[in-house]
Amino acid sequence: MTQMLLTGPKEELFSDALREQMDTWIAKYPEGQAQSAVIPCLHILQDANGGWLSRGIMDALADYLDIPAISVYEVATFYTMFELEPVGKHKISVCTNISCMLCGSEKIMNHLQQKLNIKPGETTQDGQFTLKEVECLGACVGAPMMLLDRDYHEYLTPEKIDNILDGLAS
Amino acid sequence: MVNIEIDGIPLKVDPTKMIIQAADEAGIDIPRFCYHKKLSIAANCRMCLVEVDKARKPLPACSTPVSDGMKVFTDSKVAVNAQRSVMEFLLINHPLDCPICDQGGECELQDLSMGYGEGISRFTERKRAVKDKDIGPLIQTDMTRCIHCTRCVRFGQEIAGIKELGATGRGEHMEISTYVEHSLVSELSGNIIDLCPVGALTSKPFRYKARAWEMQARPSIAPHDAVGSNIELHIRKNEVMRVVPRDNEDLNESWLSDRDRFSYLGLSSEDRLSEPMIKLDNQWQVVDWQTALDKTVEGLKGVISKFGAEEVAGLISPTATLEEAYLFQKWLRGLGTDNIDHRLRQQDFTDTDVDDSLSDWQLADIDDSDAFVLLGTNIRAEQPIIAHRIRQAALAGATVSSINLFTRDLLMPVDRQMAVNSPQLVQTLAGIAKALLAAAKQEPEDWLDLLPERAPSAFEHNVALQLSNAMNATLFVGDLINHQPQASTLRSLARLVAELSDSRLVVLPSSNSNAHRLAGSMPADKGLNARHCWERALRGYVMMGFDPLLDTAQPTIVHDALRRASFVVSISSFESDWVRQYANVILPMACFAETSGTFVGIDQRKQQFAGAVAPRGDSRPGWKILRVLGNISKLKGFDYISSQDVVDEIESPLRELKRGSKTGFIPDSLNLESDLMLISEVPMYRSDSLVRHSKALQQTPESRADGFARINQKEADKRGLDPQHEVVISQDDRKVSVPLEIDNNIADGCIYLAAATSVSAQLGSLFSQVQVMKAGRE
Ligand code: SF4
Ligand code: FES
Ligand code: FES
Repeated sequence: MTQMLLTGPKEELFSDALREQMDTWIAKYPEGQAQSAVIPCLHILQDANGGWLSRGIMDALADYLDIPAISVYEVATFYTMFELEPVGKHKISVCTNISCMLCGSEKIMNHLQQKLNIKPGETTQDGQFTLKEVECLGACVGAPMMLLDRDYHEYLTPEKIDNILDGLAS
Repeated sequence: MVNIEIDGIPLKVDPTKMIIQAADEAGIDIPRFCYHKKLSIAANCRMCLVEVDKARKPLPACSTPVSDGMKVFTDSKVAVNAQRSVMEFLLINHPLDCPICDQGGECELQDLSMGYGEGISRFTERKRAVKDKDIGPLIQTDMTRCIHCTRCVRFGQEIAGIKELGATGRGEHMEISTYVEHSLVSELSGNIIDLCPVGALTSKPFRYKARAWEMQARPSIAPHDAVGSNIELHIRKNEVMRVVPRDNEDLNESWLSDRDRFSYLGLSSEDRLSEPMIKLDNQWQVVDWQTALDKTVEGLKGVISKFGAEEVAGLISPTATLEEAYLFQKWLRGLGTDNIDHRLRQQDFTDTDVDDSLSDWQLADIDDSDAFVLLGTNIRAEQPIIAHRIRQAALAGATVSSINLFTRDLLMPVDRQMAVNSPQLVQTLAGIAKALLAAAKQEPEDWLDLLPERAPSAFEHNVALQLSNAMNATLFVGDLINHQPQASTLRSLARLVAELSDSRLVVLPSSNSNAHRLAGSMPADKGLNARHCWERALRGYVMMGFDPLLDTAQPTIVHDALRRASFVVSISSFESDWVRQYANVILPMACFAETSGTFVGIDQRKQQFAGAVAPRGDSRPGWKILRVLGNISKLKGFDYISSQDVVDEIESPLRELKRGSKTGFIPDSLNLESDLMLISEVPMYRSDSLVRHSKALQQTPESRADGFARINQKEADKRGLDPQHEVVISQDDRKVSVPLEIDNNIADGCIYLAAATSVSAQLGSLFSQVQVMKAGRE
């Protein structure tokens, strides 16, 4: 996890490396439109912070982009890929939207809940897995599906899930 | 112009308009929730779906531009079906708790569901519930009722200039909130109560107090700033239950400041005076009016016959009506004194002959101005509606500079802002004038020796350029200059800058003070001005409509003067400990909403209003009290039947009004010295007695800050102060000890302590030189 500076003058916020990454995104938009870079910036900061966004980080980003804090909260709470609480080492997002639902996402969800002994939104005690229920991830052709960290896994069955999770070098 | 047809009615409309705007202009009703004429178009509620000829599906009227030959149907089968479906969706999650909802009876959702809703819902699943948020003492939330129209969010962003509310979460989980709980800080926040089409945002002080249909609406004029915002008082059983704005495009548009909206709460304060009283053997006794009025005249005549009429002074609050101001001065002049004034917070009267009033300027002219220089004004607090107008102009491209004793987020694009102390303010203005000299048509000879030798600074140059490049520049001079002991020097420089740059100068009046100029409630001849009236410690005082220690410039001097006076009359609506201590007669006066009168705004617009409720208890309208006082004093010409008679007399062409000259006043020197100056700003919610008695306004974050002295880090270090210890502020032999906050917005050489508080009342004078010390070190 990178050490971040969350208060102080704008040009010293976060860290040199993080600012540099964010600035490349900010530069893609016209002057005064830094707000447009809020999503990539949140990704950068979330990655640097062990997979989640604290309020301090969001407030600092608001300062850095010179936008109201609520505008950052709006985006961070809207997208399921942003986490506002600490998460496990691996994040499993199961789609339960219509196509996946019709193809049995409920069974997939139940299996994961039993296997990990947690409910959606929770993290296993050992801090390995966080389970989430999400909306359509655009992989309806392969329903039911889940997103494990950054990888899509499609045509899921309970066995397939066991294989995937057991195969994870933890 | 294009030709369109709505519901078979042919219309010629401007092609930049949306269907809903064309329909509104033609008086054709289209249902809507998210659309509002003063906000950007969000098109997210879909209630406004209409059928358009040749379109495949219904279109949202609020975001579909008109085009030539367009045929729109607002109540065809297709349109109504679409509208009904949208309504069905909107009602899915709505709690339908209308019987216990304050919005009931004036709810857009309720109204439209009458027209488009079904009697029975097909939705049998569980409704969602949203936790209510605490967003401060003014606004109540019931977020389960929210239909996500986002009007409140857009208002914050677009009008208030501070986005505090937002839509967090997604889909079923979407909520309107501040996310991190806090009270809204916008001084215009109450407007979201009006904007919210449902009962999600309602007035907190009004909660469960009355139903919309039980109240009668009476038009009136808001009294707290110089705008004269148009309002409606909602009355039930002789009580003002709430205040809402009345649209007036020339003044407040559709908006109202929180001060004007919530000050009515002071009307029912337990501190209201309701019976005439006289002091006998140091005991207050309730008496009938006749006795109190006789005693008043007798007491004053006693002072006059013993010491002469010059020993009597009459001071009147600038919030008083035109009629009150006129009768007040007429009565006192009748008694023989010219010691009359309404400029209670002013200290410097040397440029009193200069007439800065504007006759050819309207508030709406702000919209056309392309450059603003704000001098010594915390415009958002002082004149919220004017700040809003300036903000709109700034968003449209006007440039804004602000020079004041502290900086503040103006919530608008500001080109430059600077915090300076008084001597620096003089120098800065002189520097700007100097920079303007280069291109001036005519050199102001009288000034040449006074202006500095030095070359103007970059800042001064920039302001000068801003003004000279503008086609239509406006300079505002506010209270933080007008209340200073050097106000004349500062104003004269502002006049010079305005003249050299061909800009308009607007000296912001305090509430109804333009009416007072018109009425002549100020010395006409040799009379003493407000400051001298107190400093000279006269024998008799008549005070009308103000608190002697909170509404004056030199509280301790006023205190001494009252203590030594032999006869003091207070005509007032509110109790005051100081009045009780020093007055001989207290005459209870009707307050705002209880009396008729005339308000003269910043642009000289005269607006008349009627009383809407009966005065509290036995109190009487000010003009009636003065009329009787005139009669008892055996003066001629006090037989008015209505307040209109008074206005007729004021406007009579026979009356000669002393007009000030337009030629400037030139100070002797521009060299001021200051070590540490007190900034005595009158905070937004301390401006007059009524506002001070509104509990809800006193609980806002704005008001909570009033208890602190504020100084910047540099000055604190220099003087060994820190926020862990209270600071002792002293002036001559007066001392107060207050908690300290570090605030780097405050200019060097200044310490901020709000005026019009019980703490500031213990100090000698506003904006004076003070010493500071860490508490415990004295
Ligand atoms: S709170 Fe009211 S104004 Fe705000 S989004 Fe909800 S319904 Fe609209
Ligand atoms: S519905 Fe699951 S991926 Fe689209
Ligand atoms: S009013 Fe048109 S979509 Fe809401």
